[in-house]
Amino acid sequence: MTPESLVAASVAYVALMFLLAHAADRAAAAGRWRWMDRPVIYTLSLSVYCSAWTFYGAVGYASRSGLEFLTIYLGPGIVFSGAWWGLRRLVRVARMHRVTSIADLISSRFGKSAGLAALVTLIGVMAATPYIALQLQSVSMALSAFATPEHALPRNVSVWVALGLAAFAILFGTRNLAVDERHHGVVIAIAVEAVVKLAAFVAVGVFVIWGIADGPADVLARIDRMSVSAGGEGWPINPERWFTLILLSGAAVMVLPRMFHVLVVEASDEDRLRQAGWAFPAYLALMSFLVLPIAVVGADILPKGANPDLYVLDLPLSQGREALATLVFLGGFSSAMSMVVVSAIALSTMMANHWLVPLWLRLRQAALAGPARAPEDLGTLMLNARRLAILAIIGAGWLYHRMSGGTSALAAMGTVAFSGMAQVLPALVAGLLWRGATRRGAIAGVVGGTLIWTLLVFLPSLGLLAQPAMPAGIDPFAGAVLLALAVNLLLLVLISLMDFPEPAERLQSLSFVHAVAPDAAPGDGAPAVQPEALLTLAGRLWGNDHALETFRRAAESQGKGGYLPDLTPRFLADFERLLAGTVGAATAAALMTRVGGRGGVTVSDLMEVAGEASRAREDNRRLENTSAELARTAAMLRESNEKLTALSAQKDAFLGQISHELRTPMTSIRAFSEFLMEPDLPTEERARFAGIIHDEAGRMTRLLDDLLDLSVLEAGKARLKPGVFNLHDLIERALASAGAAASGRDFAIRRNIAAEHLPVITDQDRLLQVLINVITNARKYCSAEAPQIRIDCRRSPDGGTEIDIADNGPGISAGNQALIFEKFARLNDPARAGGAGLGLAICKEIMEFLGGSIAYLPGQGGACFRISLPPRPRAGRKMMKMRRVKPFGNLCMACCAKVVMDSRGL
Amino acid sequence: MSVDVLLIEDEPSIAEAVRFILTRDGWGCEQWPEGTGALERIRALAPRMLILDLMLPGRSGAEILADLRADPALAALPVLLLSARGTANLPPGADRVLPKPFANADLRAVVRELLEQA
Repeated sequence: MTPESLVAASVAYVALMFLLAHAADRAAAAGRWRWMDRPVIYTLSLSVYCSAWTFYGAVGYASRSGLEFLTIYLGPGIVFSGAWWGLRRLVRVARMHRVTSIADLISSRFGKSAGLAALVTLIGVMAATPYIALQLQSVSMALSAFATPEHALPRNVSVWVALGLAAFAILFGTRNLAVDERHHGVVIAIAVEAVVKLAAFVAVGVFVIWGIADGPADVLARIDRMSVSAGGEGWPINPERWFTLILLSGAAVMVLPRMFHVLVVEASDEDRLRQAGWAFPAYLALMSFLVLPIAVVGADILPKGANPDLYVLDLPLSQGREALATLVFLGGFSSAMSMVVVSAIALSTMMANHWLVPLWLRLRQAALAGPARAPEDLGTLMLNARRLAILAIIGAGWLYHRMSGGTSALAAMGTVAFSGMAQVLPALVAGLLWRGATRRGAIAGVVGGTLIWTLLVFLPSLGLLAQPAMPAGIDPFAGAVLLALAVNLLLLVLISLMDFPEPAERLQSLSFVHAVAPDAAPGDGAPAVQPEALLTLAGRLWGNDHALETFRRAAESQGKGGYLPDLTPRFLADFERLLAGTVGAATAAALMTRVGGRGGVTVSDLMEVAGEASRAREDNRRLENTSAELARTAAMLRESNEKLTALSAQKDAFLGQISHELRTPMTSIRAFSEFLMEPDLPTEERARFAGIIHDEAGRMTRLLDDLLDLSVLEAGKARLKPGVFNLHDLIERALASAGAAASGRDFAIRRNIAAEHLPVITDQDRLLQVLINVITNARKYCSAEAPQIRIDCRRSPDGGTEIDIADNGPGISAGNQALIFEKFARLNDPARAGGAGLGLAICKEIMEFLGGSIAYLPGQGGACFRISLPPRPRAGRKMMKMRRVKPFGNLCMACCAKVVMDSRGL
Repeated sequence: MSVDVLLIEDEPSIAEAVRFILTRDGWGCEQWPEGTGALERIRALAPRMLILDLMLPGRSGAEILADLRADPALAALPVLLLSARGTANLPPGADRVLPKPFANADLRAVVRELLEQA
């Protein structure tokens, strides 16, 4: 196997990962992500922790320092199996705030401080640089193991490795600006790589135990011999080093940017941790328990002076197992690749969100306020910023690799990175557990700790400063790291205790420490921002389609159509959080402030933070509910009162009418009957007066009949007696009755007799009553010289029957047409009809009762009424009307009482 | 014969009864059957008193009474109001009110009193 063919194999392997990631991204875009979104993928993606350092360096570590290599696995193992509830909390809070990186989380917790975010990003970049260098170095070293005098290593191979990894990271890490910052393709690729590296490592282990040594017993014997030879009395365990290293690796699994990314940002929900809580430690155990056998066998059979970091590769090569060696190389390459790619993605997001965009915002404040000249400029800017950042990060790693001369042991470079990033740990833990931690405290702690780390660990590792002198008996590395962390924590606590947190911090600390969703409590008063401006901003960041969809859904949830939701506090808070998912909390807050002029924290925010806020809010809400209830009741009462008042006025008017209609004939009857009681009244007068009394009594009877009729109809108590009748017969009878009642004028009756022979199914008495009433009215009110009545009958399109009855009189004026069907609507006419004005009201009730209608047809020359009958009577409709309470029935009783009382002068 | 009483009443039978009563007592009596033109009729006949029905076609008795009291020449004319709506909520300005139905003797007494005053 030549280095050239290995490079070719690596290229082919990377191409395979490309395809895999591409397919996964496409599946996710098509909504088929769900089948890939399994806990096992999540757990495997966490193995990005096992970089090339653990793959190659762990064996070297074991060869040099014995069991101490275990600390690198123990820290994460303890965190995951012992404190997975803590991780769960971390994931929950981070997802709640749509955190995009560890820098974003810290900054968000401490009042969305942009300065803190930039600072944590700086530490991340500084710590990642030696780590990425380590990966490049391990790949170069592995390639060099294959080199022979005939097949020299290609020159500058690490440059090409760096460029290839950068290309992968750029292609899959900056494809678009996802709202949730998840990269499905990358996750699938690193999950597969996790399997490759585990398989490769286990394969070497099995080969070493059974292929080279004589099984487990032999290996155990070799371990015993080696531990004795190493220090004479076994491997020494340095407690402060162990403590420090376990602490660092435990911190690393949470705060390293790449670990935070797979652990928190790519997690679809916090329940993933349930499986990862045991599966990830199991993965680490598998990777770790073969380290020692490989180390001791390598030390035994490989020549003195061989680099222990390469035992994993040299052992199969020394036995001529080229295929196994190639698998091991690919396993190591996988480890390096996943680490570099995820680190580059995570760090580039941090650099873009916390360095470049804030800078850009500061430089171009006016750009956002003005109309969008180039709609996509912000989104493209973000992506380009990330691409640039990826190149810068990997480039810096390569530079470190070149500067450190490629000679340092791998493990040393790894611990430098761990200890640097661990400076974020105090702020993270305090931020999640202690509400009193303040922004100034966090900044002071991080700055202090990082300065000490830089001076005592980072610069010495580059050879730029001498190793610090520690008091005798104290390990220089452990001492420096513990000092940095102690100073960090001390500054954090002391300054926080002296400090008073700002309102925005208080809000965030409440949300983080109690893991409650951030409340929608932005400033009171209408925001100055327009929804169009926010839509434009969102379109620039997410693309117009996605932005429109988000706004449409928000509008829909408010019960509105279109794309412009009301800018409620809830919507603004949600929008800011979505924005935070793309650009980070601090930048999102800054953007919102710039776009909307929503600055500072208001009194209501402060209220929110006050201890009793939530209970007060609950009480307030209850009070609001109660008062809303009261207001509703009051409105209902007012409404029914108005209704009653209107009804009462109607009743008074109605009673007045009935009283008048009854008293009028009663007055005549009383007066004339008093004359009749006079003994000397002439006989002819006597007879005439008796006639008047008789007529007036009849008029009263008719009135009372009408009233009773109306009350029965209105109460829905009339009984329908349907039958089949010839319409012609009914009209004949109606004309005869009306003619008998009418005064002696001669009316010309114009009819189409043939058309009248229609069978109708109806209540004949009721229909007759209507016909007689209408014809009688025509006779009474038609004042034409040659009066005539026209009757037309026809079938209607619905199978019913229509009867038009018209006269050639003056008709009814437009203003009165609406009144004629009202009770007592007798129009003012000197001719007097002798009725109480109830006739047409009764007709209307009867026609409704029969399921038909009666209407006035204007514009027919004279008065014209259309009586419409349904194909068959629909009594059911009238029965349903029973529920409609009409005041009439009861009023009939009431009016009788009133008439009596009034006539007694009461 | 001078007109002692002008009766403004739309019900023919009531008008006939009133006219019968007053004529037997020796009063000169005229009738007008609607609200419209009633005021002109009053001015033309210049009666010594007025018997006014409340509910009239055209203009109501209350409107006629208000116009009467607003006219200096007619403001002092004695008015007997006939009401078929009880005695509540009556318009102001009437000298006497009789609710319908009334006793013939009451009508005679009120008319005599008002004419003697006039």
